Amino acid sequence: MDAFLHQVLAGLATGGIYASLALALVMIYQATHHVNFAQGAMGMCCTYVAWSLINAGMPYWAAFVLTVLIAFVFGVLIERLVIRPVENSPILAVVVVFIALLVIITSITGWIYSYTIKTFPSPFPDQIGLGRYMSPHQVGAIGVTLVVLLLLYLFFRFTPLGLAMRAAAQNPESSRLVGIRVGWMLALGWGLAAAIGSVAGIMIAPSVYLDPNMMAGVLLYAFAAALVGGIDNPAGAVFGGFLVGVLENVLGAYVIGNELKLAVALVLIVGVLVVRPSGFFGKVHVTRV
Amino acid sequence: MALLQAAGLRASYGITRVLHGLDFSMAEGTITTLLGANGAGKTTTLRALCGMVRTEGEVSFAGQRIDGRATEDIVRLGIAHVPDGRGTFTMLTTEENLRLGAYTRKDRDAVESDLERIYGYFPRLRERRAQQAGTLSGGEQQMLAVSRALMLRPKLMLLDEPSFGLAPLIVKELFGILKAVNEKERVSMLVVEQNAAMALDLADNAYLIETGRIVLSGSARDIKSDEAVRRSYLGY
Repeated sequence: MDAFLHQVLAGLATGGIYASLALALVMIYQATHHVNFAQGAMGMCCTYVAWSLINAGMPYWAAFVLTVLIAFVFGVLIERLVIRPVENSPILAVVVVFIALLVIITSITGWIYSYTIKTFPSPFPDQIGLGRYMSPHQVGAIGVTLVVLLLLYLFFRFTPLGLAMRAAAQNPESSRLVGIRVGWMLALGWGLAAAIGSVAGIMIAPSVYLDPNMMAGVLLYAFAAALVGGIDNPAGAVFGGFLVGVLENVLGAYVIGNELKLAVALVLIVGVLVVRPSGFFGKVHVTRV
Repeated sequence: MALLQAAGLRASYGITRVLHGLDFSMAEGTITTLLGANGAGKTTTLRALCGMVRTEGEVSFAGQRIDGRATEDIVRLGIAHVPDGRGTFTMLTTEENLRLGAYTRKDRDAVESDLERIYGYFPRLRERRAQQAGTLSGGEQQMLAVSRALMLRPKLMLLDEPSFGLAPLIVKELFGILKAVNEKERVSMLVVEQNAAMALDLADNAYLIETGRIVLSGSARDIKSDEAVRRSYLGY
């Protein structure tokens, strides 16, 4: 029982990170109906930026904040320079651009920092650990995830800019008619998604170590999480993230073994798409024909 | 000086030209209506005025050229468009819809009092303030669309078929409120309507469009008594 509890809690810890990245995916999906395959790579690249800043002697939390800001600008620039020109292209062209971004960002990061794995520090003090159940970093990562979620919720629910972003995502034409600059709202959405992705990267790096491919697996779990919760539902994506984290850990420990862990994500993705394509909390879209 | 003036306004969808050079103007504080059958180009005219379709020709508003400018910038000059189909933000609440109408305004306190003022015009919207706007009835959504436009504190409102799909009693109520807003707040209005009788009662001036051209213009009273208009559009 004790060991089982341990597995569940560890699952929640990684689940929080899947939840962050899933949330970033959902944000871009909601605004543009595109799934950003480069989301993980963007987060990874920003984690390297944080690593450089910390190694240059900057205090951890200062580096954290600066990295999130850089990630935001990075996301806005990618939207403006890369995504904007293909906005009205066929969906396959957009997918190819996303995959190209993934490969380019991964290669450039590898070229700059090399492919050898690096350790990444955790800022959390030993006191917040839960003994044998959860390491301090796991507790801290969940805390950071929850804070990010809360901030996002407050932003979208209570600020005029958050309201404008929601409006632009669901009805661009009406949004223009009330004076919202829809193009900038999309760029802002990309910036926020990139910022969240960078938080996910920084939080997962101490566990999986820093290397240019570190987010490949995480991204797969994040896809599974987003699909389980419903690709158009932010709260669902967060729930999906925690669920996938726990399932992955518990099944890995007791049923299928660690080697097949990644298969859990793939089975979930295929399973959800076959049985319930809109996810647990997603809306079923009905169209008149 | 005319508040809104169009000269040689042309618009096309792809290679199909829909407007063939419209000339019209309206004075500040007045209500003007554009009448015409389905497909005459009424909706396109409104869309052309606020930069939602590509146009040629000149449009000026309060002495400034606005043709070729982005919709978002035209809104900032004080032109509010109540679009065809109402343009409801269906996933947001009624009150969020109204607040979006005031998105470009900086006077936050006045926005709060305007919200109350609008709930005064449309008490039904106050009852539904926290309800998801997509679940409102057609009439309520039309009131919401008009209210959202009013939240801009516009100088000019462009109304596209405000009576569409509404029960006659609700149309009467809505037009009564439009008249009151026009008189009390000096908001000018350009109203596109298929319900010609209602529109001519509301408006000061009228233009008749047929296949993208203006074929008749004058005061609402003169147009109403025009023999051809009476037969074709008023049906008696």
